[in-house]
Amino acid sequence: MNKPQKKGVFYWFLYFALPLIILIIWESFDRAGKLKPYTMPSLEKLFGTTVEYAKNGQLLTNIGVSVSLVLEGFFLALVTALIIGMLISLFPKFDTFTDLIIQILKPIPPIAWIPLAILWFGIGQESKIFIIFIGAVFPIFLNTVDGVKTIDKKYFELATVYEIPKSELIKNIIIPGALPSIMTGIRLGVGNAWVSVVAAEMIGATKGVGYMLSNGRSLSRPDIVILGMLLVGIFGKIMDDILRLLRKKVITWL
Amino acid sequence: MAVENIVEIKHLTKVFNDGKNEVKALEDIGLEIKEGSFTSIIGGSGCGKSTMLRIIGGLDTEYTGEVLVNGSKVTAPSREKGFVFQDHRLLPWLTVKENIRFSLPKEQKKNDALIKEYLALVGLSDFENSLPKQLSGGMAQRVAIARALANKPKILLLDEPFGALDAITKVNLQEELLKIWQKEKITMVIVTHDIDEAVYLGENVVVMTPRPGRIKQIYKTDLGTPRLRTGSLFAKAREDIYKEFFKEAEIPFTYNI
Ligand SMILES: Nc1ncnc2c1ncn2[C@@H]1O[C@H](COP(=O)(O)OP(=O)(O)OP(=O)(O)O)[C@@H](O)[C@H]1O
Ligand SMILES: [Mg+2]
Repeated sequence: MNKPQKKGVFYWFLYFALPLIILIIWESFDRAGKLKPYTMPSLEKLFGTTVEYAKNGQLLTNIGVSVSLVLEGFFLALVTALIIGMLISLFPKFDTFTDLIIQILKPIPPIAWIPLAILWFGIGQESKIFIIFIGAVFPIFLNTVDGVKTIDKKYFELATVYEIPKSELIKNIIIPGALPSIMTGIRLGVGNAWVSVVAAEMIGATKGVGYMLSNGRSLSRPDIVILGMLLVGIFGKIMDDILRLLRKKVITWL
Repeated sequence: MAVENIVEIKHLTKVFNDGKNEVKALEDIGLEIKEGSFTSIIGGSGCGKSTMLRIIGGLDTEYTGEVLVNGSKVTAPSREKGFVFQDHRLLPWLTVKENIRFSLPKEQKKNDALIKEYLALVGLSDFENSLPKQLSGGMAQRVAIARALANKPKILLLDEPFGALDAITKVNLQEELLKIWQKEKITMVIVTHDIDEAVYLGENVVVMTPRPGRIKQIYKTDLGTPRLRTGSLFAKAREDIYKEFFKEAEIPFTYNI
C-alpha cells in the first residue's frame, strides 16, 4: 500500500501549470485579435456568461436537472445490476439462460438507444433515465459477475471446513470478495451515466447540461457551449473523486 | 464407543486423472493414528503428503480404499477435523476476531470469551481488532491455528503450516504447538518438509517416498520429557530419518554426544 505522502509546493505547481498555460495562450490569442465571437469566446466573455448563468439561476437548474437524472438512472441500474449479477454468479443455469441476450445487448452503446427511448417514453425524464440506466447497468453488472468469479477458490474450501451455510457464505465471502470489482463497476457506471445524460439531453431536452450544449450551438454562442462542456468535465471529475474516496472508506483491507 | 485409533487408513490409493494424464499420488497407504498422538508426515515434494492429509480432512473424497476418522467413513470436511493450510487463509476483510467468529458454529457465534481464550492461547490477545494485512506471516498462521482450535476439533491436520516462516519464528511456533497439544490433548498430524520439525514434533514420523506416493517407514521417536532439540535422543532420531533420504556418506551434518 502507498504511504500517504505529503505533496510539496512543486507538485501543486506542476499540477496547475498546464491549465494555466492554456489560459495564458487563450488570453494572448484574444489580445492579438484572433478570436471570433461566434467560434471561440474570449475568457472575459466566458467568465461573463458564467456569472450571468450563476446569477439568473440557470447554472444551478441545468446542473441540478442533469445530476438528479444521473442519480435516478444510476441507482436503478445499480440495484438491477447487483441483483442480476448475483443471480448469474450463484446460479450457473441462470447464467446460461441469460448469456446470449446479454452478450448481444452489451455492445449496443447508450446513444443507440436514444431513438427507441424517445419513441417509447417521449422526450421527458423517463427516456433520459432509461438511457442512463442502459449506460450504467452493464459495467456494474459485468464487474459484479467478474468480481464473484475471481474470488479465490481457497476461501470456499475454507468455508467447507467450517461448515459455513450458504447465506453466510454470501455475506462473508461472496459480497466482500467481489466488492473491489463492484466498486470499479460503479465508477465506470457513473462515468457512463454522465456521458449518457449529456448525449440524451443534447437530442431532446429543454434543461440540463446537454441542453446547454445544443442550445449554445443553435444560438451560435460558443461561450455557452464551452461553459456546458466545462460543467460536464468538472462534475464528472467530482463524482469520480467522491467514488474513489468511497472506495477507500469501504475497502479497508487491501 | 471409544475408538483408540482416531484415524484408520487401509489400502488407500488415489489417482489424479485430468482426462489425459494419470498421476498415482498415493498407492496402498496403510496408517493408524492413535487418539491424542502427534504424528509427522515427511517426504519430498510431490510424494502425496498434502493429498493424504486432504483425504483425512474430507477435502478430497475421491479415492479407493478405506479412510475412517473417529470410526466412520469421511464424506465431507467438518469442524471436528480442524485443518490448517499452508497459507493462513484468513479472510482479508475480517478482523482477527471476526475471522474466528466466522468459523464458529451458530451457537458459539456470540461467544466472545471463547474467541479471546484462543487468541490468548496463541499469544495474540492484543491483535483481535487487527486486519490480516497488519499481521506478520507467523502471527497470521497463529490466528489460523487459533481459529481451528476454537472449533474444538478432535483432530488437527496441519499442512506445512510453518513452511513459509523464518527459522526463528518457526521454532517458536513449534514450541507453541507442542504446548497446545499437551494442554488440549488434541490429536495432531503435521505435514512437513523439514526433518528437524518432523522429529521434534512427532511421536510418530511417517516417511513417504514419491512416484507413486507410498509410506516407506514409520518411526517412533522418544525425545524424553521435556523434549530437547540439543540432546542425543534428538540427534539419533534425526540421523535415522536422514538415512531414509540420503546415503550414509552424504549425511550433511555431524553430531557429537
Ligand atoms: N489437483 C491435482 N490434480 C492433478 N494432480 C495432482 C493434484 N494435486 C496433486 N497432484 C499430484 O499428486 C502428487 C502428490 O501431490 P501432493 O500435493 O500431495 O504432494 P506433496 O507431498 O504435498 O508435495 P509438496 O511437498 O510439494 O507439497 C503430485 O505428483 C501432484 O502432481
Ligand atoms: Mg503439499
